[in-house]
Amino acid sequence: MALQDKDRIFTNLYGAQHWGLQAAQKRGNWDRTAEIIAKGRDWIIEEVKQSGLRGRGGAGFPTGLKWSFMPKSNPDGRPSYLVVNCDESEPGTCKDRDIIRHDPHTLVEGCLMAAVAMNASAGYIYVRGEYYNEGLILQAAIDEAYDAGLLGKNAAGTGYDFDLYVHRGAGAYICGEETALIESLEGKKGMPRLKPPFPAAVGLYGCPSTVNNVETIAVVPEILRRGASWFAGFGRPKNSGTKIFCIQGHVNKPCNVEEEMSIPLRELIERHAGGVRGGWDNLLCVIPGGSSTPLLPKHICDDVLMDFDALREHKSGLGTAGVIVMDKSTDLIRAIARLSKFYKHESCGQCTPCREGMGWVSRVMDRMVEGRAEIDEISVLEDVTKRIEGHTICALADGGVWPVQGLIRHYRPMMEERIAAYKARHAAPVLPMAAE
Amino acid sequence: MSEVKLIKVTVDGKEVEVPLGATALQAAELAGAEIPRFCYHERLSIAGNCRMCLVEVEKAPKPVASCAFPVMDGMKIITDSPGVRNARRGVMEFLLINHPLDCPICDQGGECDLQDQAMAYGGDSSRYHENKRSVTDKYLGPLIKTIMTRCIQCTRCVRFATEVAGVPELGAVGRGEAMEITTYVEKALSTELAGNLIDICPVGALTSRPYAFMTRPWELVKNDSIDVLDATGTNIRVDARGPDVLRILPRVHEEVNEEWMADRGRFSFDALKKRRLDRPWIRENGKLRAATWPEAFGAIAAKLKGLPGDRIGAVAGGLADAESIVALKDLMGALGSSNLDCREDGAALDGSARPFYLFNSGITGIDVADAVLIIGSNPRLEAPVMNSRIRRKVMNNRMPAAVIGPRADLTYPVQYLGEGPDAVAGVLGGAFGEVLRNAKRPMIVLGRGALARADGAAVLAAAWGLAQSLNAVREDWNGFNLLHTQGGQVAALDLGFLPGQGGKDLGAMLGGGVDALWLLGADAFDAALIAPGTFVIYQGHHGDRGAGRADVILPGATYLEKDGTYVSTEGRVQRGRRGVFPPGEAREDWRIIRAASELLGHPLPYDDLFAIRARLVQANPVFERIDELVPSAMVSASPAGDAGSVGSEPFVPFITNYYQADVMGRASDVMAECARTHAPTPAMAAE
Repeated sequence: MALQDKDRIFTNLYGAQHWGLQAAQKRGNWDRTAEIIAKGRDWIIEEVKQSGLRGRGGAGFPTGLKWSFMPKSNPDGRPSYLVVNCDESEPGTCKDRDIIRHDPHTLVEGCLMAAVAMNASAGYIYVRGEYYNEGLILQAAIDEAYDAGLLGKNAAGTGYDFDLYVHRGAGAYICGEETALIESLEGKKGMPRLKPPFPAAVGLYGCPSTVNNVETIAVVPEILRRGASWFAGFGRPKNSGTKIFCIQGHVNKPCNVEEEMSIPLRELIERHAGGVRGGWDNLLCVIPGGSSTPLLPKHICDDVLMDFDALREHKSGLGTAGVIVMDKSTDLIRAIARLSKFYKHESCGQCTPCREGMGWVSRVMDRMVEGRAEIDEISVLEDVTKRIEGHTICALADGGVWPVQGLIRHYRPMMEERIAAYKARHAAPVLPMAAE
Repeated sequence: MSEVKLIKVTVDGKEVEVPLGATALQAAELAGAEIPRFCYHERLSIAGNCRMCLVEVEKAPKPVASCAFPVMDGMKIITDSPGVRNARRGVMEFLLINHPLDCPICDQGGECDLQDQAMAYGGDSSRYHENKRSVTDKYLGPLIKTIMTRCIQCTRCVRFATEVAGVPELGAVGRGEAMEITTYVEKALSTELAGNLIDICPVGALTSRPYAFMTRPWELVKNDSIDVLDATGTNIRVDARGPDVLRILPRVHEEVNEEWMADRGRFSFDALKKRRLDRPWIRENGKLRAATWPEAFGAIAAKLKGLPGDRIGAVAGGLADAESIVALKDLMGALGSSNLDCREDGAALDGSARPFYLFNSGITGIDVADAVLIIGSNPRLEAPVMNSRIRRKVMNNRMPAAVIGPRADLTYPVQYLGEGPDAVAGVLGGAFGEVLRNAKRPMIVLGRGALARADGAAVLAAAWGLAQSLNAVREDWNGFNLLHTQGGQVAALDLGFLPGQGGKDLGAMLGGGVDALWLLGADAFDAALIAPGTFVIYQGHHGDRGAGRADVILPGATYLEKDGTYVSTEGRVQRGRRGVFPPGEAREDWRIIRAASELLGHPLPYDDLFAIRARLVQANPVFERIDELVPSAMVSASPAGDAGSVGSEPFVPFITNYYQADVMGRASDVMAECARTHAPTPAMAAE
């Protein structure tokens, strides 16, 4: 049972209509905003909690709970800030991009509501540098909202003052990590901060801040309009709601699609992406949640559900729901080696295990592609990834080694074969021995 | 100080009480568990990036960096579990894969944190078969040698330069594996505290350039001493091998230098081998000739025997030890002379009461002060370590700071209230006067530059008057501070090495007031000022200004070559031990004076170090209180001088060339190179 059109939140995801305010209002954005906000911050937080919304940026932390960490009042005079993470750099993910270029008002309205919920006086949307045109549209949408009195002083007639700014990044993957994003926003080098203190206590410019993904914020207005139970009605318990999936790779019709959570992977691919190239049986594996999540071989893909908990059971994750489909023509080792190279390049260099380890993993993976290695090195590689994982400030290192761990977990025989083949090709020729 | 709340945490099953806000690492240390670390340093901000100090905390999903993790009541910390050991082994392995295996040629060898930790957490063989990274070396100036391939990116140096030295000239560029520590543009670090980078670098990336390939640390004989090249009283350790001092390191003294040290004190010791006076000399027919000790003493005796006491004078230099000062004073007394002066730069110091010439707030007083006014001083050049302490207070607690005197970059923001002494009187009327009045513990720091001038006495009186009117001199706080520039000055004042009843001061002695002048390492004045015909005895260690004018040269010992007692600018009596023996015929200074006294017919009553130190205590009881700050009694009097008669001439910088500000610095090749490097670039005319 697929998601019906009437239940879609992003009704202009494909840009069929104009992104502007007028069209957005026709689609239902900015409807009864003041009325909803008048219900107060506690009501908003409670409603978001009840809806079961979990962060859409990858970690899946319950959003309502995260908002409730923000201080209720600011006795020391520090303001609170909302920061929206639109530094969408995860390979295989392009959902935020479509939101800000086709449906920006869902985000702008969401920012206002989220700001009320956490008593934030200003919001900053950190847009990835490469999203140049998208950033222009977002800025235009914000300007429109200001002109219409929806932002600024007495935003949307709520009596609440709220300013929203767009900030452009320079294209570093690490700046998508929330504390690195804050550092970058402050004008420093994008390097993750130590936690604690958490941003809700000491965040942007030392003030309480909450960093949320674009999609997380953008779904909030619709949740509040239609009620928590409507949103919670989709998907399995604790994995509720709708979600934008980005399906790409060896499928016939790559697409972004908003679907119900917990939809079976196979149904998702076959219904929306036109199926795997060459048929389902030609499937080799799927990376279900953006490049950081370990791949799933076909036998798991056959019946796995696309939600946080189901994928975790298979030692993978929903991540950002960037579904990368690979058919049997894929050189899987090479594909994962390419990802390792990406993470080596994007490591900020702060923590020892990530700085030094990513290069090591990447170089060994490069040899594994050729098979120029020893069989034992597969175990060494796995051990190295375990020594990187969980020993760093942020999760970049974890995300960087999981693909390799997934490869070794499911395709070790393939790697061994490759090594054996290389050895066979390069075996020392048996020299003829002279008779004595 | 507010009450610190104590909480209980358990470290490896052992319960300890730690203050709220402490880190897991501090708690573990308190419980006796040793935590390896590279990036963590007590006196720098926490980076938490080396990941060597990982520990397990009960209920935490993954290991945490103990250096940055705040403890909570009832927390259980596990510092030694298979998981922790594995994590540390992992970090060590990662650090070593790109660290060159050049320990045999690395100057850090033997005192390298990485080497030490590798003993505990290193593997026996490498699993890394790829190429190692190599990094271009950077130029950080004549003192620091860099081998950046050895760098483990702990960023201690970056944090030191930014936070302690106050020169944000170091940083990391590049990302991931390509991250490099650099000065952004190729230039020497513009700080007087550069040598500390060598100490804080946990590996051999930043090492001492003069010390390069000299020795191994275990070959060195180590002696504790005091740096007298500024008046901070920095505690040092002199590392020598045989007759050579090979390096000087700071010792930890929380109340003085913490663990930092200024560059001139650290690097000018190569002067011990340059331009030394290593044998007595006698001037005959206008030319100096090498002589023996008996000849030199004979020449002195021949000259002094007939002279009345008031035609003999003595000047003590700024680097002299208390023992030789008291010996010279006693000798002069025996000869009937009260022509003594220890103010070789002519500064108008008033020795009549201790509070008139001490840094009364104490160095730790800087930490509790809440406003500072600096008059005629550049503490950055005159006492770099103390300046960094002022900087910390200004930067961390926004202590307001103001300067009367020449503009200079002190590494922290200051207001300029005026150029000359006439601004002192105007302070109270201005906005900063309000700040000082509202301050609970205001500090006034008076530099030598404000006193070594014609109206010095008036400036001293004016500053004292200002302190009085701010009520800054009271039982619980004395905010009147004199910042001296050399380590021997205060001892000489404490021993009363000043003109006695009817005695002549420096100016009178130079101008022909005496027929024989004994200079104890006094070099700060222009020797050409000494009246012709004055018989000059120069007792010192370097062929500097004074020696050139001498009729008899008595070769003495530098502060590194003798056991000596010194008093720092805050009045702390400290003792240094001999690091090496003086060269050739040179001898410890008080022994020279003792020997001369014998030949002059007035043998001094002490024959060994114990006896002369007993004499010091007898002369002034503070010399019994080693490494203590003896509180001064309140004085009702004021320093001599008429506060109203201050001039309007602007203060000039007392030290213009930090690296060559004393005889050691002037004789040192290393300091000469520093001076060249840091000399202002001459303006070029357009072609």
